[in-house]
Amino acid sequence: MDFSWLSDPFYQAYLWEGFVNTLWLLLVSALGGLLLAVAVALARLRGPRPLAWLVWAFTTVIRGTPLLVQLFFFYYGVGRLLEGVPGIRDSLLWPLLRDPFFFGALTFILSVGAYSGEVIRGAMQSVPRGELEAGRAFGLSGFQVLYRLWLPRAIQLCLPTLTGEMILLLKSVPLVSTIALMDLLQAANIIRDETFLVYEPLLLIAGIYLATTIVLTLGLRLVELNFPGMRPTRRRWLPIR
Amino acid sequence: MTSMTPEGLGDWAGPILAGALTTVQIAVLAYAIGLLLGLLGAGARLSPWAPLRGLATAYSTLIRAVPELLLIILLYYAGAQALDALLARLDMAGAVQITGFATAVGVLAFVQGAYMTEVFRAAILAIPHGQLEAADAYGFSRWTRFHRIVLPGMLPNALPGMSNLWLILIKDTALISVIGFNELFFTIQQAAASSRAYFLFYAAAGVIYLLMTLTSTALFARLERHVRRGQPTEA
Repeated sequence: MDFSWLSDPFYQAYLWEGFVNTLWLLLVSALGGLLLAVAVALARLRGPRPLAWLVWAFTTVIRGTPLLVQLFFFYYGVGRLLEGVPGIRDSLLWPLLRDPFFFGALTFILSVGAYSGEVIRGAMQSVPRGELEAGRAFGLSGFQVLYRLWLPRAIQLCLPTLTGEMILLLKSVPLVSTIALMDLLQAANIIRDETFLVYEPLLLIAGIYLATTIVLTLGLRLVELNFPGMRPTRRRWLPIR
Repeated sequence: MTSMTPEGLGDWAGPILAGALTTVQIAVLAYAIGLLLGLLGAGARLSPWAPLRGLATAYSTLIRAVPELLLIILLYYAGAQALDALLARLDMAGAVQITGFATAVGVLAFVQGAYMTEVFRAAILAIPHGQLEAADAYGFSRWTRFHRIVLPGMLPNALPGMSNLWLILIKDTALISVIGFNELFFTIQQAAASSRAYFLFYAAAGVIYLLMTLTSTALFARLERHVRRGQPTEA
């Protein structure tokens, strides 16, 4: 085992950039994905028939195909098609549309939206109707019922599953190394190419991932414990963000 | 789009189908080995002997905390090196294709086994204790108790988890392409790169994987009805 390359500032910079990108991608995808998931759940439960059907097809396709294939489809497939759109190279969006980070985040947001959307839909269906009717009886509007009663109660029911989904998301991030995004795995691959070491860089980032997973698991458990209604003795609001 | 490119979906149908077959072979073999590893792992995790329990817990915890892609790359090099050394010892050096296939199966099975361990452990713990005590009271041997009571008793509990893991496994086979082994998605990548019809071929890949997962879901639903026969239906 040779870890002498760790003292090289260039490699340290790669690893740091990879780590920051990994966390950044995780944060963006989790935020965007959970928002999309709520929309997906609502569309399937309350949307007009064609929309509900369309969203069902979306979740089936996303959950039935490998994430890696989706990543390639969006980055190479859709990305190449967009290049052919006339005038797009002069548009303000062009730098974004060439950025692998954009496609990585897009793919992950859609993925979280589909997987967590189903979870949230199931939880929303298990909220007793009487509670929602009670809300209406107290004069809350439909939207107030949704964001003050229905969603908080549903999230309470599926919070452990949702935090599990976030751990799965973290473990999906290395896939973006295949579209040349500088994440931890890509940093390790560069170091491996330059130092001719097969195992050491991979083992190092495996350790980093292990530590990140543990920290994230503990952090999310804190969120679970502090979510109102999860532990009745201690009421401290810590919003899910 | 197809007409504009020199090579279309039709030219690649043969290789793609062959790739799909390889993928299914890898998945089925890895699943079978993963089931065995999972049973062993669950047995070890529930064992009264602490070192065995610790080993199984370390296996399932470590593997499940590290990204699959990273594990696959790491284990692939380690596994390929070990297998090459073994083949060289047996004077069979150069059997590259066999090495690639075997390591792909082995790596996926090893990862799958860790997740399966947890599924089986939970399913075995969910068997009503009275059933095991009844088996003991009737003088069943440990093996008879295992294959007559524990196995059929835990299957209904384990099947939803097993079905999930199979779907995850099918999708994880695509990760093998990153290593450069010639399975379905690797073939698709070659087709897309050579024809430049990226959109078409990656969409086709999605359709093929979707067919595999949808068929599997339907089959598992039937299987679950079968193992749940004789159980009271939930209202």
